[in-house]
Amino acid sequence: MKEILLIKNGELVLKGLNRFTFEDRLIKNIKNHLFGLGEVKIYKSQSTIYIEPVCDGFDFEEALTRVKQVFGIAAFSRCAVCNKDIDEILKTAPEYLKDEMKGIKTFKVEAKRSDKLFPLTSPQIAKEVGAALLRAYPHLRVDVHNPDKTVTVEIRDYAAYIRAGQIKGAGGLPVGTAGRATVLISGGIDSPVAAYTMAKRGLSINAVHFASPPYTSKRAEMKVKKLLEKVSVYSGTIRLAIVPFTEIQDEISKNCPEEFFTLIMRRIMMRIAEKIAKNYRSEALITGESLGQVASQTLSAIASTDEAVSMPVLRPLIGMDKEEIICISRKIDTFETSILPYEDCCTVFTPKHPKTHPKPGQCSEAEKNLDIEVLIERALTNIDISYINYYAPEEDK
Amino acid sequence: MVYLDNSATTKPCATAIKYINRCLSENWGNPSSLHSLGIDAEQELDKARLVAAKSIGADEKEIFFVSGGSEANNTAVSGTAEALKKRGKRIVISSIEHPSVLNPALSLGKSGFEIVKLHPDKNGVISEQEIFDAVNSDTVLVSLMLVNNELGSIQNIRAAADAIKNASSPALLHCDAVQAYGKLNINVKKLNIDLLSVSGHKIHGPKGIGFLYKSKGVNITPLILGGGQENGLRSGTESLPLISGLRGAIEELPDIDKQLIIQKELWNYAKDRLLSLNDVKINSDDNCSPYILNISILGYRSETILHFLEEREIYVSSGSACSKGQKSYVLSECGLSNKEIDSAIRISFCKNNTKEDIDKLVEAVITAQKVLRRSN
Repeated sequence: MKEILLIKNGELVLKGLNRFTFEDRLIKNIKNHLFGLGEVKIYKSQSTIYIEPVCDGFDFEEALTRVKQVFGIAAFSRCAVCNKDIDEILKTAPEYLKDEMKGIKTFKVEAKRSDKLFPLTSPQIAKEVGAALLRAYPHLRVDVHNPDKTVTVEIRDYAAYIRAGQIKGAGGLPVGTAGRATVLISGGIDSPVAAYTMAKRGLSINAVHFASPPYTSKRAEMKVKKLLEKVSVYSGTIRLAIVPFTEIQDEISKNCPEEFFTLIMRRIMMRIAEKIAKNYRSEALITGESLGQVASQTLSAIASTDEAVSMPVLRPLIGMDKEEIICISRKIDTFETSILPYEDCCTVFTPKHPKTHPKPGQCSEAEKNLDIEVLIERALTNIDISYINYYAPEEDK
Repeated sequence: MVYLDNSATTKPCATAIKYINRCLSENWGNPSSLHSLGIDAEQELDKARLVAAKSIGADEKEIFFVSGGSEANNTAVSGTAEALKKRGKRIVISSIEHPSVLNPALSLGKSGFEIVKLHPDKNGVISEQEIFDAVNSDTVLVSLMLVNNELGSIQNIRAAADAIKNASSPALLHCDAVQAYGKLNINVKKLNIDLLSVSGHKIHGPKGIGFLYKSKGVNITPLILGGGQENGLRSGTESLPLISGLRGAIEELPDIDKQLIIQKELWNYAKDRLLSLNDVKINSDDNCSPYILNISILGYRSETILHFLEEREIYVSSGSACSKGQKSYVLSECGLSNKEIDSAIRISFCKNNTKEDIDKLVEAVITAQKVLRRSN
């Protein structure tokens, strides 16, 4: 039996004139997501997007899993396709909907036809299909007011489509429709969740990671790449820039008061991330900061890192409890990887008594002995760029 | 490359590789087959067994091929406990045994055995008195590793054998010789050892192979049951390529006594050069195996030093991966402070290391001390 996926657009319907760009972007994202599964045709008609496999051996179940990960889809359905012949429809419907019909008691049939030449009217189609289902599944009853499931039969230009029920989509807006943002990714639990949360609102994601060999190892970098792979399942390709940070940490430890180490470090990281972000046309930074988790995440500490950049800094986790963040982290499968114990540079140069409530201007005072511009330039000339996409072929990774 | 992590693993030698290839491309039959392919394979198996037996003064019938040191240890510990459980319930081990001895013992402790852990002195050696006090007539197993893998300390095996005799104990004496075999002279008869574990990849053989020596007349319960290979002690089609590789590695072993002299000289050279640096403490004392030198470069976390050295293609071990609280239990048992344990580096040699290797290491450590930030 031929099967396709059908998407009725969610929030997109509200976008008015922008709808076409959003839809096109969504279709492009779906195509990218289904890479490697076989040839597939994706087209739109009215406010429905059709995903139709055109080859044998198309991995339909895998396609279903992947479509669930695409932002911009509130819900979608799997749908049987057959010829516009009432006998065929009456045969296909009970067979295709076998599993759907078993677990329920009541149903109704809705029929639509855009092909006015089809011999039966919509109510007639609904009646016939309903009767066929009752014959096949005698335990069922028809309830047109409050059915357990609604079976939809659509007669369109080239074929008839039969479906029942919907699969919940990932929600959000198509990645890329809101622009680009750059996430500062450590190897911890929070930053991947922050990246995922912003991708969900339609932002394309770039990432920046700071490495401090020999204090940090290659394993820490591999961990970050693995985390980004998991996020890329939802966000699409992520460009990752790894910045060598050892020299900067050394300079900070030699020229700045100890209690400001972490704050100054984070300010410089933000500045470097902003520069990289501008290079790649990102319009905002993303961090996994949440209020009060560690000493550097008090309001004044956050204010002092904000001071260092002019770009908007998105902190989607700012109001969340650790529990809530961990919950999302498990959902997107980054939790197990995040808790692997490979040193990231934030902990190696930790002061014994960090400043938790820096007053405005104190940080700039503390970093006055650093030649920040020169240090940043040097770090930027040695960044390592890679592209992360879980669904991309190995050679392109 | 300066490879000083030979206690972790060693580079396979040419003879081992040659023999392995031969058993993969030519002599690939199953030694249990009745036809000529099987007979040829069996002959190779017998040759390997003879070579292994000779190397420790044993008889071929006392050599059993297993998948490595861990399996040999597990078989020795669990197999003895199971076989002798009606004769006693006490098992005596050192607290610095390898996890493949400790963990089976702990597991036996949960099912009714009494596990007595002997604690070493600051040099990693269990005293004779402690061994004597621990072994009684209820003891069925005494397991002491000949050379400790982190510190290099050598245990007094003779004392264990004497203690068993003295207590009229039914105990078997098991010796984990993974770090000692091929480096120190081992004659199982002279040392009165009942069970001995040996690993192939520590002597330039392949990984995945080792042997257990079990003295004639000693009965232990097998771990792996099946077709009855290795006289029932270890079923499963014999891995001839790996066994043959092990044979090749044993054949390429140098004369132990001659090599010990060379090795001791190298060890002393390394120790002297490192002692001349500031803030370097030597954890292995002069009685340790000259193949292992454990030091602490105070003020620097082992992992940082490890990566620093690795950037210069010098490879050592940080005793035990000291990430997020996983402290080396061996160094803890020997009374080292947290600061010393946190900065402990294990340097382990093989016959291919030279004074130049040591010089490169020392130069790199000097640079590290200049360039790296000291940890809190």
